[in-house]
Amino acid sequence: MSILLNKDTTFIVQGITGREAVNLTKECLDYGSKVVGGVTPGRKGREVHGVPVFDTVAQAVENHGSQIDGSIVTVPPGFTKDAVIEAIAGGIKLIVVVTERIPRGDVAEMVEFADMNEARIIGPNCLGLIVPEVCKMGGIGGPAKDAAKSYKPGVVGVMSRSGGMTTEISSSLTAAGLGVSTAVSIGGDAIIGSTYAELMPYFEADEETQAIVIYSEPGGRMEAQLADWQAENNSRLPIVAFMAGKFMDDESMKGMTFGHAGTIVEGKEDSATEKIKRLESAGITVVERIDEIPDAVKERIGS
Amino acid sequence: MIFYEYEARKIVELAGIPVTKYGFCQTPEEARKIAEEIGGPTVIKSQVLTGGRMKAGGVKFADTPDEAAQHAEDILKLEINGHMPVGVLVDPKAEVKQEYYASVVWDGTAKRPLMLFSDMGGIDIEQVAEEHPDHVGRGHISNLLPVGDYEAKQVIAATGVTGSQLNRATPILAKLARLFRENDMVLAEINPLAELTDGTFVALDAHMEMESEAEGRQKQLLRKELGIAEDDTRDSYVPSEFEKNVKEIDAADHRGVIQGKDHGFEGNLGLVIGAGGGSLTLTDAVRSQGGKPANYSEIGGNPSVAKACGLAKEVLKKDGVEKIAVMMSIVSNTRVDIVARGVIKACLELGKDPGETIAIFRIPGAWEDEGNKILDYYGVEYCDRSVSLWDAAGRAVAKIQEGAGA
Repeated sequence: MSILLNKDTTFIVQGITGREAVNLTKECLDYGSKVVGGVTPGRKGREVHGVPVFDTVAQAVENHGSQIDGSIVTVPPGFTKDAVIEAIAGGIKLIVVVTERIPRGDVAEMVEFADMNEARIIGPNCLGLIVPEVCKMGGIGGPAKDAAKSYKPGVVGVMSRSGGMTTEISSSLTAAGLGVSTAVSIGGDAIIGSTYAELMPYFEADEETQAIVIYSEPGGRMEAQLADWQAENNSRLPIVAFMAGKFMDDESMKGMTFGHAGTIVEGKEDSATEKIKRLESAGITVVERIDEIPDAVKERIGS
Repeated sequence: MIFYEYEARKIVELAGIPVTKYGFCQTPEEARKIAEEIGGPTVIKSQVLTGGRMKAGGVKFADTPDEAAQHAEDILKLEINGHMPVGVLVDPKAEVKQEYYASVVWDGTAKRPLMLFSDMGGIDIEQVAEEHPDHVGRGHISNLLPVGDYEAKQVIAATGVTGSQLNRATPILAKLARLFRENDMVLAEINPLAELTDGTFVALDAHMEMESEAEGRQKQLLRKELGIAEDDTRDSYVPSEFEKNVKEIDAADHRGVIQGKDHGFEGNLGLVIGAGGGSLTLTDAVRSQGGKPANYSEIGGNPSVAKACGLAKEVLKKDGVEKIAVMMSIVSNTRVDIVARGVIKACLELGKDPGETIAIFRIPGAWEDEGNKILDYYGVEYCDRSVSLWDAAGRAVAKIQEGAGA
């Protein structure tokens, strides 16, 4: 099984006529995902790889004839908040926000609107999510044939603040024969729609998933939140974590951003060293190297 | 964007929060004039983007305009923590009855702004929170609904403040919360918020920081109200030649993204590495295996040959760089062959042998086979996804250490 997506999941792409969005649409279609429409204001009547384009989300929903499950939002930062709210107002419950450089206030606003409407946002600044051989929603894994190489169905749920590392880690799990149940690129910004801890209940409820792997970075309180969640909920799922950015613990790197907008050491609790301590104290296995992940998972699930 | 105190006070003032009749100036003569207008004892404060002004002698009290001019002259010459002041602020010396603290920050876990208030102002709020938790009030605000005065009132009342003090502080905290949201701040702090002997409240000092992603839509405030120039980036340090050059190469071409940093790096192994998370992971992997990175870099989003070449060249031109390692986590939309061509071109244009100069090439993904053909031709060692990021970094480190030993 999987979380958030299944073989019947339908979604649209907002901003579908943009260069990257056209590629992304093809990748998803090739993978077998059900892309049922696209939205770009002023471009109604066009097609992108056979997908009909509309001016509004409401038109896309009307054309589809029933509720649409999801939307990938890939529009410029200044338009993202409105696009996400339009999707939620159109009854869509799962929104993947690809766009980066969105001000925090906008992200917080769309998250609050999503909460009010029982919708879930993944991202921003993410590559989306994938259920191997079932559905790919976003650029995650790249073209369908490349995604097929890195992602095979299996028992590990993956959550990562880096889109690229989602695939690197999943590829190592696939090569080790463990495979992936669902992999989620959660995004690299300081405020994101879905944190590790917020996605844990979904994995917990998914019978296929037997373990969780997270990729994390300095900056923010997301790892502390996961550690708290793990300590408070008697989860059946063992967690293996990898922490990048240890070099940022150097005093000379304080206040500098590396890689993602949210990757910055401001206070003591933000540093890689502190986060590792916090995760380990919650019973989470923290590995030194990516290539140690598969063995650590096997050990934790006793296979 | 971090603001100087005189700008932060202006922001507070624009939001309708009372401030003293302060003046900003850049010469002792102007300081004298402002002090004359104020017509009483004044405080002269250095305008620098660093803490610890008081200890460093960057804040002085004057009884006369002459004294104010003299202090301004001294302070304008005074470097604090490596920062020269952009000017001084001349402020009337306030008759303070009590100091309070008011701020709004982001709570990333709650995904909402958080109001903080304390009746123990003037000192470090974290210290107050630890030693006197009952003197700190907290409350989240919505991002969708208007901020109600009652929300600020609840936060202040939680510290035990009541009477006219509660009623005077309430609109100030509410206005601070509104300006935090409207101006895309990541920090809006008034410390101290002073209750004067006549019972009125004024912001005696303020710290403001705006989110860089929002600067584009805050032009009215930044350019018009505050007069901050477009090129005034306020980097926390002066960017190096390498950093400036990489930025220029990146801006010259819209395809793909490259970034380079060498602040704090002084090694001999140049890193042409990529994707946000991959770069962090690889930099750690090099260092953990005894390697010394000369820089940090990022390639992403399918850059052109010129861009990949430009980044590699800048890395190779750095003092002490003997070899470069070209490595990425598995790529989704970056073409491997284009990066390969770019880095080889960089070597050739600098008169270096790519086979010798490129310690390792590890970029698995689309167009990998085409990339490998080019790498084969020039005798560059490469590997696929079966070699982990850690091992690829290890190979590069081993090569450079062999070279040093020979």
